Amino acid sequence: MMENLLLPWDALGIGAFWLILMAFLVALPCSQMGSFLILRRMALTGDAISHSVFPGVVIAFYITGDLASPWLIVGAGLAGLASTVLIELIHKWTRVKQDAATGISFTALFALGVVLMEMLLGKNVDLDLECVLHGRLGLLLEGDSVPLLGLMVPTPVMIMAGVAGLTMVLMVLFYRVMMLSSFDSDLAASYGYRPAVIHYGMMFTVSFIVVAAFQAVGAILVIALLILPGSAAYLCTHRLKVMLGLAAVHALLSAVGGLYIHVWFNTNMAASVVVTGGVLLVMAWLLGPVDGVMWKWLKEDVGHPD
Amino acid sequence: MVDLLIPASGAGKALMAAILLGAGCGLLGCFVVLRRVALMGDAVSHAVLPGVVAGLIYSPGRNPAIIFLFAAAAGLVGAGIVRTLVATTRLKSDAALGIVLATFFAFGIMWQTRNQQDTVGVMNFLFGNVGSIDASDLRMMMLTTVMLVVTVFFLKRPFLVMSFDEGFSRGLGYPVKALNGVFYFLLTFSVVVALQAVGVVLVSAMLITPAAAAYLLTDRFGRMLVLSVAFGVISGIVGALISASVNGMPTGPVITLSATFVFAVVYLIAPRHGVLSKVFRISKRRRMVMRENTLKAIYQILESEGFVHEEVSIIMLAQKRRQTEEMIRTRCDSLLKHGFIELSEDKVSLHLTNTGWKRAMELVRNHRLWELYLTNEADYAEDHVHEDAEKIEHILGPNMVRQLEQDLDFPELDPHGKPIPKPTHLLGQPL
Repeated sequence: MMENLLLPWDALGIGAFWLILMAFLVALPCSQMGSFLILRRMALTGDAISHSVFPGVVIAFYITGDLASPWLIVGAGLAGLASTVLIELIHKWTRVKQDAATGISFTALFALGVVLMEMLLGKNVDLDLECVLHGRLGLLLEGDSVPLLGLMVPTPVMIMAGVAGLTMVLMVLFYRVMMLSSFDSDLAASYGYRPAVIHYGMMFTVSFIVVAAFQAVGAILVIALLILPGSAAYLCTHRLKVMLGLAAVHALLSAVGGLYIHVWFNTNMAASVVVTGGVLLVMAWLLGPVDGVMWKWLKEDVGHPD
Repeated sequence: MVDLLIPASGAGKALMAAILLGAGCGLLGCFVVLRRVALMGDAVSHAVLPGVVAGLIYSPGRNPAIIFLFAAAAGLVGAGIVRTLVATTRLKSDAALGIVLATFFAFGIMWQTRNQQDTVGVMNFLFGNVGSIDASDLRMMMLTTVMLVVTVFFLKRPFLVMSFDEGFSRGLGYPVKALNGVFYFLLTFSVVVALQAVGVVLVSAMLITPAAAAYLLTDRFGRMLVLSVAFGVISGIVGALISASVNGMPTGPVITLSATFVFAVVYLIAPRHGVLSKVFRISKRRRMVMRENTLKAIYQILESEGFVHEEVSIIMLAQKRRQTEEMIRTRCDSLLKHGFIELSEDKVSLHLTNTGWKRAMELVRNHRLWELYLTNEADYAEDHVHEDAEKIEHILGPNMVRQLEQDLDFPELDPHGKPIPKPTHLLGQPL
């Protein structure tokens, strides 16, 4: 037992710590923005954005030729916004409903991204589909590192820490606005907050996080990190602050669990983090104090003694 | 027998696969779009991944039929979990779809990375590769398409009723649960069939985009089905041809972009539900409102003078409407064109024609009747009724007016004490 628990640390040493920290730093900002997406019933807009950032990344990469360029994040943010605008243009102007509008927009942008990639970049580039899918969390330890307080910190960890820190600052600054507009957009509007500005601001932030997380966990797994922590927390509480806290805890537990599954079973680290998150969600579903099916089932039993 | 239908060349197979895919997804997509479960296809297509991985690892000799069954089973379990999550928790369907989509997909990836050497070819399922489709895949696609067509042919009505109102269809005695099962079964099957050609992400496009385009073109369900299939097939053919002729162009994305192009064209030019016709209708309505407001202003000027003149000067009208003389002249051109007014010879004043007089009276009457109705029958405050009446005056039809007059017992005065005109009066007659 003890042996199993120590295995990652024996095998990877300080690397195990960096992997957990990196996974947590990716999952944390996702969990916070994702909680709001769930409250706004926009969970699948996160899905749409994570697919539609693709053409933005391809074009920015084509222009700069550098996979680490900050312009990639700008390009991704713009593409994410473009998908939000397209969704609105379709469902506000026609009778096509929001879900179908979302489907049309993100598949079109994703397809455009793939075609552009083939046309502009050819096949021998770093930005390959495998990376889009799997992410490269495991490769973290082979890259550069920078010294900080006597520790050699891997560069991606530094960058992701910056993104996570920035997101948390935004969350604290705009907490009230986002809370109000998520529960009652009319009330928020009457306080003078512009719903459209909040909407597009949030979408831009999500695009930004998605792209920062892109290389680490891959485009599709980002959706999981956006949706799972918030959903699990939602099943456990009625209060937003508690929900955000629980979502952060979920992000941390997923990171730790992900590392163990990765080492024990020799699997892809990013996918393992998500699977851990999924297991935690199932536990919340069964045992959660608010929505747990187990409590409901027990209560029902009490209600009908025969 | 079926084998006679299967083309020998790789390009022919690809084309046929694209056509079958477009037809099947186009057909089922109509129900998907109408039921507002468009993203269910997305969830199912991601959820099949563990099944595909299991199939690749465990099926002897990579039998496509067995891989297909594994994949379909995983997709059905995913769809089932989405429905259970929504039924047992406060989570909305979007979150439930996202949870299943992401968790199943991650589980599939995890499993695949663990068994790298056994799962070569999984990328074909994820991103689609029409080139990899062989005769046995095509046979599977034909079977599924035939099954789809037959089921839709027999179950069109119950499916349609269910798409609009599940409760109502239960009331009609349809076995809703079983029908839902059949629906998700068909959805999963067509997703799995489409996977190899267009890949996980773009299956959604084939299910949604052609059907949405068809939905904008017609209000009749039968026509929607036909159009949707046609769009799906056209996108499939165009995509397959382009990707065959341009080197290295992936088929799935090109098919998707073709479908998107069709949708974009329809979005703009569809006769009733398209954006251009809507913009045109709105601007026509706006011009009518501006024209009629000018007409009403002319009446009000005449009224304020006690109907002693027939002529109204353009300058007065400009003052009344608080607009420049130039703007008023443009409005007058439009009124002139509709035969509501005639200009004097020196073009500084105008008078109403009989039609103009009648329409002006109707507008003022509608406005005042509506104000009266709101204050008397709907308990509105007197000072709150004007804006509402400003809008309704342009669209009240004759039947509605008759009803209002009856309900209000043929009133003479509006809430502000002004007389309600009777448009049967002719020009020049005393009111």
